Amino acid sequence: MKRIFCYAWLGIVLALTYIPVLVLAVYSFTDASMVGAGISGFSFDNYLNLFRNDELRAMIFGTVLLAFVCAAISTVLATFGAIGSFYSKKLTKSLIDTANRVPVVNADIVTGFSICILLIVILRISKDTFIPLGIGHVVLTAPFVYLSIIPKLRQMDGSLYEAALDLGATPAQALFKVVLPQLIPGILSGFMLAVTLSLDDYFITTYTKPSTFDTISTYVVNATKGSQTEVKTALWALSTLIFVIVVVVVVLMNVLSDKKRRGAR
Amino acid sequence: MVLRFNRKQLCIPYAVFLVLFVIVPLFVIAYYAFTDGQGKLSFENFENFFLNTNTLGTLLYSFALAIVTTFVCLLIAYPTAYILARSNFRKKHVLLMLFVLPMWINFTLRITALKEILSALEGNISAYPFLNSVIGMSYDFLPFMILPLYTSLLKLDKSLLEAAADLGGNKFTVFLRVTLPLSVPGIISGVTMVLLPSMTNYVVLDMLYNSTYIMGSLIGSYFSAYDWNNGSMIALILLAIIFVVTLVTDRFSDKDTANRGAVL
Repeated sequence: MKRIFCYAWLGIVLALTYIPVLVLAVYSFTDASMVGAGISGFSFDNYLNLFRNDELRAMIFGTVLLAFVCAAISTVLATFGAIGSFYSKKLTKSLIDTANRVPVVNADIVTGFSICILLIVILRISKDTFIPLGIGHVVLTAPFVYLSIIPKLRQMDGSLYEAALDLGATPAQALFKVVLPQLIPGILSGFMLAVTLSLDDYFITTYTKPSTFDTISTYVVNATKGSQTEVKTALWALSTLIFVIVVVVVVLMNVLSDKKRRGAR
Repeated sequence: MVLRFNRKQLCIPYAVFLVLFVIVPLFVIAYYAFTDGQGKLSFENFENFFLNTNTLGTLLYSFALAIVTTFVCLLIAYPTAYILARSNFRKKHVLLMLFVLPMWINFTLRITALKEILSALEGNISAYPFLNSVIGMSYDFLPFMILPLYTSLLKLDKSLLEAAADLGGNKFTVFLRVTLPLSVPGIISGVTMVLLPSMTNYVVLDMLYNSTYIMGSLIGSYFSAYDWNNGSMIALILLAIIFVVTLVTDRFSDKDTANRGAVL
């Protein structure tokens, strides 16, 4: 009885979580222009429009490119930052830790607005250079990379680096051949997290982006204000595609980590 | 050329980056908040916010929306995390993935999906602005509540529960006096992850046709009007709220549950 109740609860929460996304997925394969409206036939038009419409294609490409470039920059910056601060004096480390925490606890809108004022209003850097947007996304994502590296550094045997130096490695060799390989799981999950945070961001993007450039978030928000049915239903297809990609990536990562765990046994 | 460096020096680029683009912007908004358009010291922005019933109403509405949203999330997430953490499914973490997976789907797309469903159910969604905003925010932030709760409930030492039961506590007492207090760090980090975004994420309101302002919408409208000074004042007030919340929650939280990426 208790068990049934537990399963029922989990089932209801899952249903609430997924029904909107799944209903939208079903409708994305029809020619209906509203959820709940009658379906007169199935079609792939929404998916084709996603690639036929130049504006949509450019927007998706831009969002993904921005996410990967910024995640790569964040990963390099924060990985070295984490290694450096981990082995620094307590004061230095705690200062960097504190500064690193600011964007994590801060509201994205405050982060975005403050960067906009510094770079665009005071330093007069043109939004069209993409510099404010890039910096904004690195500020958003780098602290999370830093946070996923630090625990790996704690787990690592600190004397490995010393041993490498004693055996004649230069600091650069010790770093790239001994320390970094140990951190790869942290670096990868930090990178993935950076990509997803950047893809999901709305606020930092709005306050720093060039007016002609849109990411998925800003585009969707503008599209809901407009009345273009073709764009609206194409976005259903986009939502479905992203959902499928996320499911595939999560399943793959689970399978991979399961294999690794079994291999280690 | 042999690269000579001390490994401590590796943090210099990141430290410089943090100072330039995290610390300096904070001082910049503090400066803008207390100056006028000509750069003269001014308390006008301060008065514009605190002596105006509209903006104070916005603050109250934000608090109301954020608190109700947080409460709804907690009410749904706690039993979910509890059942998941205490279950004897062989692959708990896979099941957990199912619950937190939506947080990797772009939130504007998820709100679009929710909006379509709500429109189909309610007809005219602008008739229930507060309700819909709570539903929207909860839908958006629920995974961020489930995750830290699950982490803290999973770590809970089972022998403590057995001990409490052996000492004569019934199930309800054990939950109330052992499980619940021990999961406070999880509750706290879940609450911070929902409370603050739901005071500022005005996009959810906009998309669900709720035209009432929250704190975030104020920044948005000052931004559109190029009013950097008043905008900075709102940002500074939000910073102050965040600072106070962080101070309070730091006493309770433990670091493991506070990481958004813990599941990856």
